[in-house]
Amino acid sequence: MATLTVPSAVPSASEDCEQLRKAFSGWGTNENLIIDILGHRNAEQRNLIRKAYGEAYGEDLLKALNKELTSDFERLVMLWTLDPAERDAYLANEATKRWTSSNQVLMEIACTRSANQLLHARQAYHARFKKSLEEDVAHHTTGDFRKLLLPLVTAYRYEGDEVNMSLAKTEAKLLHEKISDKAYSDDDVVRVLGTRSKAQINATLNHYKNEYGKDIIEDLEADSEDDFLALLRSTVKCLVYPEKYFEEVLRSAINKRGTDEGALTRVVSTRAEFDLKIIADEYQRRNSVPLTRAIGKDTRGDYEKMLLVLAGHDEA
Amino acid sequence: MAHPSEPEVLDQALSGIGVDEKLLVSILRKSHMRKGCSKFFCEDERQFERWNHTAIKSLKAEFKRFKDVVVLSLMHPWERDARLLKKALKKGPMQYNVIVEIACIRSSDELLGARKAYHSLFDRSIEEDLASHIQGSERKLLVALVSAYRYEGPKVKEDTARLEAKAVLNAIKNNDKRNAMEDDEVVRILTTRSKPHLKEVYEQYKKFSDKTITEDLEVELLLKETVECLCTPQTYFTRVFDAALRDDADEDAKKALTRLVATQESEEMKGVATKFEGKIKERVKGAYKDVLVGMLEK
Repeated sequence: MATLTVPSAVPSASEDCEQLRKAFSGWGTNENLIIDILGHRNAEQRNLIRKAYGEAYGEDLLKALNKELTSDFERLVMLWTLDPAERDAYLANEATKRWTSSNQVLMEIACTRSANQLLHARQAYHARFKKSLEEDVAHHTTGDFRKLLLPLVTAYRYEGDEVNMSLAKTEAKLLHEKISDKAYSDDDVVRVLGTRSKAQINATLNHYKNEYGKDIIEDLEADSEDDFLALLRSTVKCLVYPEKYFEEVLRSAINKRGTDEGALTRVVSTRAEFDLKIIADEYQRRNSVPLTRAIGKDTRGDYEKMLLVLAGHDEA
Repeated sequence: MAHPSEPEVLDQALSGIGVDEKLLVSILRKSHMRKGCSKFFCEDERQFERWNHTAIKSLKAEFKRFKDVVVLSLMHPWERDARLLKKALKKGPMQYNVIVEIACIRSSDELLGARKAYHSLFDRSIEEDLASHIQGSERKLLVALVSAYRYEGPKVKEDTARLEAKAVLNAIKNNDKRNAMEDDEVVRILTTRSKPHLKEVYEQYKKFSDKTITEDLEVELLLKETVECLCTPQTYFTRVFDAALRDDADEDAKKALTRLVATQESEEMKGVATKFEGKIKERVKGAYKDVLVGMLEK
């Protein structure tokens, strides 16, 4: 469930543009107005606003935001304003570049999105970067990471509920064997995680637990230094219980030792219009404190305000 | 004017492609023909002229050809491709070239459509079926080929293409240690790069070798076909037409022609087909010929 709230009577795109223009004009920037408008519009509305802004003022709204805003707040607003497909394409592209490379982000996008959402991201990638997502991922990753990530980003998984129980049994056994042999990047492990439907993988992992008494995640914790193993664990989580995965990301992003704004921004901006409510519930369950309060304690200023608005917490 | 004898008519009916329905009708019930026709009938020990088994198979196959081309043409292209892929997978390694053909000749959106149709028809994804049923070294290549969603713009980086041509050359040189098809870089390049880029890689390769990539890949048929379909589709079409219209064409070659005729509407293919006009007139018959000629004219 989404945490984004949209007013019941939404102003027209051109009215919103006018207000945004006002927010940019003059000496300072009226951040509150920007948060108020953009923070309460869904993807379709934001797209209309961008289009209207471009037509009215001959300038890309995103460029204007980039000029007026700074730092974490700017990044959050920029990412949020993009529609989900473009946002995923942008983040994925960033994750293939040298200084910002992140196998985790690539895996996260590939595994937590629906088959069609991933497809739209791939289409947006063509449009924006004049290349395919897979050619960039392939070119910029190597070895086992490439072996796992390529099938993940190119998958177009079956999304039905049809599950083959005897196949689940066979593949649970197969996974157990490979994991016991520490063959984590084995062809078959990659094949199952990279091609089976989420329902099928879920059935397989349930069978795994029934048959071998342990959650597959536990069996994948052998080596805390092994980066590939960590990625594999996260892959499993993203495929079968994404809200738990996101809760963990948030928990480690917001803690006493400092804040990982990159992760916080990414999770909030990418999930606010999908399942941030479920993630927030999981966060509260696990940490005994509402997500919004944790965000409030760890961040400040306009960045904090925008995060809270997107997380569904409004100071009326 | 001498009419062809009945055995000659039958012979005509079973050679080439398609069936000359009118001609066949004219010899029905001419039972005396059987005695003189050792090619298709041989005297059984119980004193009747038994029909040669292979001849029956051929006749059935030729009749079926019209049905196949009609069904393939009527089906939605997505469903058609999904069914072709499924069938090829079921038939096994000898038919994997069909998977290559579809994955490489179709546009990105057409291939995507086939993947969607596959979900609807078979409640599975094409990639999961390919990955779980293909055991050999071609698995990596084939799964990646059907999963591609290639960029279709013209933008190409010459430097990258040159580097990648070198990488392909290296893999081919190391063929004795490991098949080029199993080389990670070769698979990466062929299964993720855009077609315009791959055409540039093909060109750049010529600077480093006196042969083309396809010439150097003579032994690795599946890989060769992949390169051909991606970089020089006209060569592929020519090869299919040529193999199907030969005197000794086998069933697979003829099926390939049906597939191309029913699925390809590109100018490229039509250009190739016009070169075979003579052969088509000579070897293709009946309703099937009408379909072929009609499609190529449109």
